[in-house]
Amino acid sequence: LSATPEIPKEDGRPKWDNKFQYILSCIGFAVGLGNVWRFPYLCQIHGGGAFLIPYFVALLFEGIPLLHLELALGQCLRKGSIGAWNTISPYLGGIGVGSWVVSVLVSLYYNTVLTWVMWYFINSFQEPLPWSLCPLNENRTGFNEECYESTAVNYFWYRKTLNVTPDITESGTLQWWLILCSAACWAIVYLCTIRGIETTGKAIYVTAIFPYLVLTIFLIQGLTLPGATDGLIYLFTPNLNTLKNPRVWLDAATQIFFSLSLAFGGLIAFASYNPTKNDCEKDAVMVAIVNSMTSLYASIPVFSVLGFKATTAYWDCLDRNIISIINEFDLPEESIMRQNYTSWISFLNTSYPEKIAGLKLKSCNLQEFLDQSVSGTGLAFIVFTQAIILMPGSQAWAILFFIMLFSLGLSSMFGNIEGVFTPLLELPIIPKSAPKELLSGIICLISFLIALCFTLGSGSYWIDVFDRYAGSVPLLVIAFFEVIGVAYIYKMKRFNKDVEWMTGRKPNLYWHITWRFISPLLLLIVFTAFVTLQMQKPPNYTAWNPKYEGFPMKEEKVYPPWVQAICVLLAALPCMCVPLVALFHLVKQKCRSKDPSFVPPEVFSCQGANS
Amino acid sequence: MLRALLLTLSVVAIAHAELCKPDAQNAFKVRISIKTALGDNAYAWDANEEYLFKAMVAFAMRRYSSKSTTQISNVLLCNVTDRVSFWFVVTDSSKNVTTVPGSEVEAAIRMNRNRINNAFLLSDKTLQFLKITSTLSPPVEPPTPAWLIVFGVVLCLIVAGIVFLIVSGIQKHKKKNKKSTERENLEEKVEVTLENGIPCEALDLKAGHINGVFAADDERFTSL
Repeated sequence: LSATPEIPKEDGRPKWDNKFQYILSCIGFAVGLGNVWRFPYLCQIHGGGAFLIPYFVALLFEGIPLLHLELALGQCLRKGSIGAWNTISPYLGGIGVGSWVVSVLVSLYYNTVLTWVMWYFINSFQEPLPWSLCPLNENRTGFNEECYESTAVNYFWYRKTLNVTPDITESGTLQWWLILCSAACWAIVYLCTIRGIETTGKAIYVTAIFPYLVLTIFLIQGLTLPGATDGLIYLFTPNLNTLKNPRVWLDAATQIFFSLSLAFGGLIAFASYNPTKNDCEKDAVMVAIVNSMTSLYASIPVFSVLGFKATTAYWDCLDRNIISIINEFDLPEESIMRQNYTSWISFLNTSYPEKIAGLKLKSCNLQEFLDQSVSGTGLAFIVFTQAIILMPGSQAWAILFFIMLFSLGLSSMFGNIEGVFTPLLELPIIPKSAPKELLSGIICLISFLIALCFTLGSGSYWIDVFDRYAGSVPLLVIAFFEVIGVAYIYKMKRFNKDVEWMTGRKPNLYWHITWRFISPLLLLIVFTAFVTLQMQKPPNYTAWNPKYEGFPMKEEKVYPPWVQAICVLLAALPCMCVPLVALFHLVKQKCRSKDPSFVPPEVFSCQGANS
Repeated sequence: MLRALLLTLSVVAIAHAELCKPDAQNAFKVRISIKTALGDNAYAWDANEEYLFKAMVAFAMRRYSSKSTTQISNVLLCNVTDRVSFWFVVTDSSKNVTTVPGSEVEAAIRMNRNRINNAFLLSDKTLQFLKITSTLSPPVEPPTPAWLIVFGVVLCLIVAGIVFLIVSGIQKHKKKNKKSTERENLEEKVEVTLENGIPCEALDLKAGHINGVFAADDERFTSL
């Protein structure tokens, strides 16, 4: 018998070029659009600096433990989500399937958001920017009515980009310009994921690092804008009273959870390409901290710009009032300035109250403008674009901003696509000789065809549906089962031994307590609170309807029953995979146990994979 | 003689005052914002500027009706405020003490708005004729929308990248296949049969092996 020394088996699995690529991919996956447009909004509405307290508590007790769990799992088992959970126990295979389904659903609609970003990007190469002016109406006597009543920025977003219908039931037509942009976006995704991590590993150097550069540029520019300090003070002034509201804690927990992109299966896929002897504990802590720091770092330029916008709106309001007064009283120009506006107003009010009342002046209050909080697409495509028009050199700022958003979204898409791609590669139905390029091409093509639904007139309403129902509740359920599965079915002792083998040291008490008790409990509480809050009122949405009396305010509408059924389906489908697969295996086991020649499979262990 | 002159002058003055007053028939209010338009280069509004204004209106009337009867003295200004705003009317020189209909004045001003604006270095917004709306000029539309051009560039780059990666992938695959078939051919040649751990080739090449076990047996037999 040969007496060769013990060397690890070369299993032909692709691997990262270096550790930095892997860390960067995880960070890129975690850092996404939500860090820019959801975290600052939450900070603003939940008492500024005080929000950081529940945020860091959630990070410590929910974010980091779950992240470590997923990375350790992927690294030890060296398989995608479906294969990994099947290896742990066939009854838990449903968790992997559920993760896979969620990744598919999220990839579909996430790329449509990138389509919108690309549309704005390619429109930023014009002078003047198309969202700064209203188009004229038919007989050129005035501006387009819809545009005039709302603002040019709103008009460009709702009419020229989305061409939105007034109701989710009215599908409208396919918008050809969005189809073109969607094709380009899926082509970019295909280009970067064509050979799996071989190509995404190279692309991630650009897409993960570039946003930080742009954020820094915006930070420097933002701080020089007038009114930036007002915005920052407003953002960070802590209001500790808000901590008494349980809603704040719930929002912090969900934000941490979705921000770290847990339970998608993408992190498991990334970690599975690592060598097994790798310190996943340090990686997990690093990725989580970098993600949170990025959120904080991004909120500074965002709020500088929002403060600038509020100040400019306030000055515009004042100027409009000043012009009305000067015109009415025929006072010389520049006699009333912003500084002495209030003294003049009080003087005129006492001397000519009827004339002042007749002018119908709007009350200008800076606080009111700062209070207008927006998150999500509204922040990027309406508020920020309006602020960019006011900056000198708007084209350059617009181009930089939209490339940054595109990179942020693209690096998250890599993780989503890996979460779909890696488990498929391991399925026995895919022949080993099939080139990877073909598989990734088929995935991208099918996704593009399905995502055409989102380019309809009602597409943006459907994306909201997907975002609220497919990308929220199922993740909580899957993560809960993940922690329970590892802690109580795989057994904590075995997992600790595996982690010790991989990192070289035993997991300390913090990990024990969080994995066993705190994280599952926290997830359960968050899940029940989340579902209860959703159930309290019938699910509704706001629609852009030019014929609404309160236009330009958006109209509140309730989802019709068939749409509500789809919402429930989207939320339930990934969750249902867990018990369904367990049931399927139970039935298979019952049939198999009657077969006398059946040998039960070996118990799997991390170290056993490599000896 | 002097009294007659004074009388005609006062009559004219009263007539003028009646023709030009705020909200009079066929009178228009003008509002000028010099400081807003020119900032530090703003000029002061004085009698000379008023004279220029009267000249421009007379010019507009002449150009519009193409009868050269309107004189500068036909344009009357009144109620000049600090804002700067004032009212003006255009009197008809042929008929005494009447004003030219407002529609004519409006049409004339509209036709020559650009010239009037430029004379004062102002724009439609800073030299406002309050009852006369200006037609807005449409934005310049290039023949192909700009975004299509950018989109074309981006798409070409992406397609070039995809084609490059696919072609390099196919080449790598072909090379790997060639290498693996070469290696297979090599292994066939080198595939040796082993007998007791000793390759048969070695046995074939060498002229036999001396087996040490039997070598000692030779001595058992006595030599002949």
